[in-house]
Amino acid sequence: MRSLLFFCCFILSAAVHAQTVVSGVIRDHRNKPLPGASITLKDTYDGAVSDSTGAFHFTTTEKGNLVCSITCMGFKTIEQPVSLTGTAITLNISLKEQLDELRAVTVTAGAFSTGARKGAVMSSLDVATTAGSNADITAALKTLPGTQQVGEQEGLFVRGGAGYETKQFIDGTMVNNFYNTSVPDIAQRGRFSPFLFKGTVFSTGGYSALYGQALSSVLLLESIDVPEKSEIDLSVSPLFWGVSTQQVAKDKKSSWGINYSYVNVGLYFKLVKQTPDYYSMPRYHNVEGNFRIKTKRGGIIKYYTTFGYNELGLRRPDIDSLYLKNAFGLTNHNWYNNLSYKEYLNNGWKLNMGVGYSTNRDDISQQIQDASNQPKQFDNSAFWMQYKNFRFVNRQDLTQTKIVLEKKLGGLSALRFGTDYWYSYNNGYYNDTLRKLDDHYNALYAESDIFLTNDLAATVGARYEHSSIIGKSDIAPRASLAYKTGKNAQVSVAYGEFYQKPENMQLYYTRQLGFTRAAHYIVNYLKMNNSRTLRVEAYYKKYHDLVKAVPVNYYYSTYDNSGTGYARGFELFWRDKKSVKNLDYWISYSYVDTKRNYLNYTTELQPNYAATHTASVVLKRFFTSIKCGFNFTYTYATGRPYYNFMLNNGKYNLADQGKTKDYNTLNFSMEYVPSIGKANAKSNIVLFASANNILGNKLIYGYNYSYSGLIKQPITPPANRGYFIGCFISWGVDRTDDVINNNL
Amino acid sequence: MKKVLVAFSILLSFAASAQTDKFAAAMQKNLDALEAAKTPADLQGVSASFERIAEAEKTQWLPYYYAALAQERIGFSDKDADKDKIGDKANQLLDKAEAIEKNAELYCLRNMAATIQMLVDPQSRWQTYGQQAQAALQSGMQLEPNNPRLYYLQGMSVFGTPEAFGGGKEKAKPIFQKAVDLYASFTPKPMYPNWGSKEAADMLAKCE
Repeated sequence: MRSLLFFCCFILSAAVHAQTVVSGVIRDHRNKPLPGASITLKDTYDGAVSDSTGAFHFTTTEKGNLVCSITCMGFKTIEQPVSLTGTAITLNISLKEQLDELRAVTVTAGAFSTGARKGAVMSSLDVATTAGSNADITAALKTLPGTQQVGEQEGLFVRGGAGYETKQFIDGTMVNNFYNTSVPDIAQRGRFSPFLFKGTVFSTGGYSALYGQALSSVLLLESIDVPEKSEIDLSVSPLFWGVSTQQVAKDKKSSWGINYSYVNVGLYFKLVKQTPDYYSMPRYHNVEGNFRIKTKRGGIIKYYTTFGYNELGLRRPDIDSLYLKNAFGLTNHNWYNNLSYKEYLNNGWKLNMGVGYSTNRDDISQQIQDASNQPKQFDNSAFWMQYKNFRFVNRQDLTQTKIVLEKKLGGLSALRFGTDYWYSYNNGYYNDTLRKLDDHYNALYAESDIFLTNDLAATVGARYEHSSIIGKSDIAPRASLAYKTGKNAQVSVAYGEFYQKPENMQLYYTRQLGFTRAAHYIVNYLKMNNSRTLRVEAYYKKYHDLVKAVPVNYYYSTYDNSGTGYARGFELFWRDKKSVKNLDYWISYSYVDTKRNYLNYTTELQPNYAATHTASVVLKRFFTSIKCGFNFTYTYATGRPYYNFMLNNGKYNLADQGKTKDYNTLNFSMEYVPSIGKANAKSNIVLFASANNILGNKLIYGYNYSYSGLIKQPITPPANRGYFIGCFISWGVDRTDDVINNNL
Repeated sequence: MKKVLVAFSILLSFAASAQTDKFAAAMQKNLDALEAAKTPADLQGVSASFERIAEAEKTQWLPYYYAALAQERIGFSDKDADKDKIGDKANQLLDKAEAIEKNAELYCLRNMAATIQMLVDPQSRWQTYGQQAQAALQSGMQLEPNNPRLYYLQGMSVFGTPEAFGGGKEKAKPIFQKAVDLYASFTPKPMYPNWGSKEAADMLAKCE
């Protein structure tokens, strides 16, 4: 018996004393030594951490068959069975890299993303504080490379593409009337405030197969989720006033909001002389509503609606006569709705759904008036004057659905596929002639992100589209590849085919048209950390099947797809928030060589909206001591070409051409935020003031020609300088500080 | 035979208490090592040791706590550290600790993890990580309104915020004062967190 006890004690002490030495070297997937990896005998305290040479060493008193696990952040854990007998064990192990969203390369060719997420170039606040933008998204984006400084028309003119070649999407669905209705020679603002959005992707080419019907560019806007806190906001300015509220449920799972604003520039136009004679001051009423609901599984349902009504009327001297005037009047109704649903499903599936409905009605009238503003009629002998008198009442409806399913395929790779259906209905009364269009547009698409390693990723996709009105289909392949060349640096390439339906104004005249087409080839280098971004991009774009006008007579043309064109160029972008303390600045430069033969062009010509060189410098500095921020934007562009095409014997000929003088503007804005620093401020006040073109440079966007071709008049902004002043107050209910103070 | 059983049961109970002693001894050894750690590599080693203890014990939150604390000390002291990686690692450890027990000490470390990640780019990150850091302190205060470390960290956050944004010495002073007062009456249990008292007093002096 005693011997048994003794035996037990012996075993126990033997167990205590028999030590096993475990040592080895840990390496990464490239066979480089990996420091900081943790080696653990599972369920024991024993183990070690690899040193700077990847080596480790420890002793253990454990015995028997155990599992040794090797872990390191960013690498896949390895579990290695070991048999501990007292004999030294050597473990030389290579760890495989784990694909990691934060460290992995992202495909960036062609795209600028904004917002708080990775790869962001601008935030929503940047949009508001870019001098010259006056919180218009499009104006702020025009400080990025690839865009043209077009001031006589709304839209983003990207890389040799016209404004209508850029399409805007909110939460995945296309927006039909993103801008207020066009007024001749005056660019209109976008309808949507930058503060509606948490993120923006501005793609200047080579974009994803999830989007279509844009030859040049897409602007993808993602609306904000449930806000942090409830608030009431008030905006006051000599130009407008607005009131809104946002109510967040106690559990922060849902919210709703409404907003009303009224703009009337009458007072401003009295103070700041405008070149046109506004007989009806521009007035805008706008009502918005929204709700957002977070779902149990982490998804979200968002609804946004806006109803806008505006009217304006202006008169300018008529170019064809000395004493007559040309009066333009507009009344617009616009109702926009967007419902989106994002949900996480089982087994790594994700659903993105969107439904949109919008209707827009423009009532446009143009009238030639005499010196006492009375309408003037013409007969056939002055047909070029006769056709200046018209009324056009146009209605555009768009109903659409989008469904995208996404599946994670291990690591970061993913497969996405989906379908779009758009039903557009248009009817336009031109004087008393009714023209109707309706189109069923269907698209099917699939796209896959393939991560070969953390450093090499590809996105490959294709899009099938069919439009019933032209009875044509197309298949658009898209591909991009990104390779990480160093810490924070990467090279991407992208290729894609892009199709776009002809414009409605052309389809009103003929449906014997096909899709217009562009191929994009892009190479991009990006080096970016939190405070600095360097981006260099070069591209080549080839246009096919652009719409050409086939004149029938002075006022009537039909169209075909015989147009061609190209654009090639390179762009630089540099942003730096670090080198000068508290100063944030960016510099953009774009070079474009582009020509196209479209519409009434006689041959391949540089389009009248394209300047060869464009550069912008944006500076922002906030002084915390005086609670003021000052922002400057300087933009330079070389002159743009202008043409006068005259109809002669059923053919256009180039009667005159020239180049405008260079474009130069310096814009300034400042904000004063007195409530900064008041820990318990119940209200937040921002005073904002801006002045555009403070040096008063004469800006000329192009020239209009008289019917005879003998008179040309410069197209200029309605006023040389622009000013804005406003006060924004919000009363928020934020309980963060209360809790802390109650505990003090 | 009876004797054998008695002997075995003695042996077993000895083994069981040896297990607790082993835990206490290992913890103490590593607490000393944490105290003595000077370089990021030292801290990495200590953190890994605590993590091994935690993984072996499975029911103790303290070793996870110290493993995370050692990570965060790297995050605050090592300029070359990948702060996002450290924040992620600390939060992984804290997730496991919170599965065992939710308490104010763990919220303190949540606050520090978020602060480390905010410091990567304060201007653009304070809205997300700054909020997270603040929320962690609030949750901690709801659980243990008299934990001095919560106020020390609150003070640090206010102290580090520019005056114009509602921070500064003046605002931080009463908070540090409260932390110092609470430290005076705070008696930690063995092995439980017991840091910050000297730092809080130093900071209070800096606010004078």
